[in-house]
Amino acid sequence: MIPAAFEYHRPSDMSGVLAILQEHGDDARVMAGGHSLIPMMKLRMAEVPHLIDLQDVGGLSGIMVGDTITIGAMTTQADIIDNDALAAAAPIMREAALQIADPQVRYMGTVGGNVANGDPGNDMPGLMQCLDASFTVVGPDGERSIPARDFYEAAYMTAREDDEVLTAVSFAKPAGGYAYEKQKRKIGDYATAAAAVQIVKDGGTCVSAAIAMTNLSDTPVYSQAASAALVGTSVDEAAVKAAVAAMLGDIDPVEDNRGPVAFKRHVAGVILARAIERAWSRA
Amino acid sequence: MSDKKHYKLTVNGQAVDVLAEPRELLIYTLREQLNITGPHIGCETSHCGACTVTIDGKSVKSCTMFVAQADGKDITTIEGLGSPDGLHPLQEAFKEHHGLQCGYCTPGMITRASKLLEENPNPTEEEIRFGMAGNICRCTGYQNIVKSIKAAAAEMNAAKEAAE
Ligand SMILES: Cc1cc2nc3c(=O)[nH]c(=O)nc-3n(C[C@H](O)[C@H](O)[C@H](O)COP(=O)(O)OP(=O)(O)OC[C@H]3O[C@@H](n4cnc5c(N)ncnc54)[C@H](O)[C@@H]3O)c2cc1C
Ligand code: FES
Ligand code: FES
Repeated sequence: MIPAAFEYHRPSDMSGVLAILQEHGDDARVMAGGHSLIPMMKLRMAEVPHLIDLQDVGGLSGIMVGDTITIGAMTTQADIIDNDALAAAAPIMREAALQIADPQVRYMGTVGGNVANGDPGNDMPGLMQCLDASFTVVGPDGERSIPARDFYEAAYMTAREDDEVLTAVSFAKPAGGYAYEKQKRKIGDYATAAAAVQIVKDGGTCVSAAIAMTNLSDTPVYSQAASAALVGTSVDEAAVKAAVAAMLGDIDPVEDNRGPVAFKRHVAGVILARAIERAWSRA
Repeated sequence: MSDKKHYKLTVNGQAVDVLAEPRELLIYTLREQLNITGPHIGCETSHCGACTVTIDGKSVKSCTMFVAQADGKDITTIEGLGSPDGLHPLQEAFKEHHGLQCGYCTPGMITRASKLLEENPNPTEEEIRFGMAGNICRCTGYQNIVKSIKAAAAEMNAAKEAAE
């Protein structure tokens, strides 16, 4: 498989990256780990006359854990799994990262690439919506921050402008119980359905919840209604059922090689119920 | 627009200079330019792991990296792990425990396993299966691959202890 020819750039700082993006416009694109982009280029579903490799750009990787958690765009999924401070502060990150792809892919695939890609199959976007993260992007007009819940417009369409580069994701240290539950056909497959859940418990009552679903629409789905269905309840069977019903009103899966719509809706319900139960047991 | 460029790689401890288009996939540089034919092409779509090499301490599918990305990097292939008269303990264990049948997946398997054992010298069966999940074998049913990796780990740990 031979991708279309391209000019390769490996700038050593962000101003170099932005200058190439300015100069070549739509013909230029950044590459992080390349494990979504290269397969697309090999299939000639993406053509990138000017490929900008971010690997030498300083300051884009690393994990900072405090009341706010910040993860640099070039931080790999393997880095996330290995980081004990992150696993202690936001254990859903490790739980989710372990369910992405396979070991080789996780050494290369980055958080920035995963969330910027805009592929509904990617696991991090839903996870970031569950955590109410925001994405920092930098462009010719400087830096701005975009909430993950407003970032995704349609498949491969996001609120990031073509001349902007994502530099980090950040979110408040999550409280309460968590679960990332994913149904896939085999290791290395994208989700048939996946659910990210965070729940806070006070006494025996759920005081807040956040629920986001993956690969069940052309964007990740943060389900406000499903989250609301749990709040004020003891997360009993009736509440879980109500949350699942609310979630099913928000997703819009399409038939593909992972199954027909009815099957996907069924799996989404099973996966969300499991995720809620596990998150509640950990709350 | 996509002229050939010189790239400097270190492959199995040797510095090499290759002339290639940036879009050339690393697996082709290794196999066709450098005649390093241990890493195989199984799927060419990032799924099977037959092309696995170690790059700067990471297990990487070399069909999913452009040669330009590898410029300046340190690459180890199966050829760098052992030799016909000095097999790596993993190679010895795969031979002893029937860890291969056709052998097509084996270079990728062993290269990946070498990294796994470096990170986790004493893995459980579950950890081996999870850590090897990026490598597909259509022959063995995996049981003997797991057994081989366990045996190699024991051998390597014993050798380390003896050396201390
Ligand atoms: C076999 C296989 C299985 C996989 N399974 C899963 C899975 O189960 N779940 C999952 O979530 N993913 C999966 N992936 C995808 C993998 O996690 C990718 O690595 C990840 O989606 C993209 O990260 P990357 O660093 O490789 O990005 P790249 O491929 O380098 O980039 C992806 C896109 O994002 C853009 N981009 C990258 N970085 C930035 C940035 N900093 N700013 C702006 N734009 C940027 C690029 O221009 C490109 O359009 C799989 C991949 C493979 C090959
Ligand atoms: S040939 Fe590279 S993963 Fe199959
Ligand atoms: S031994 Fe034949 S593919 Fe593994």
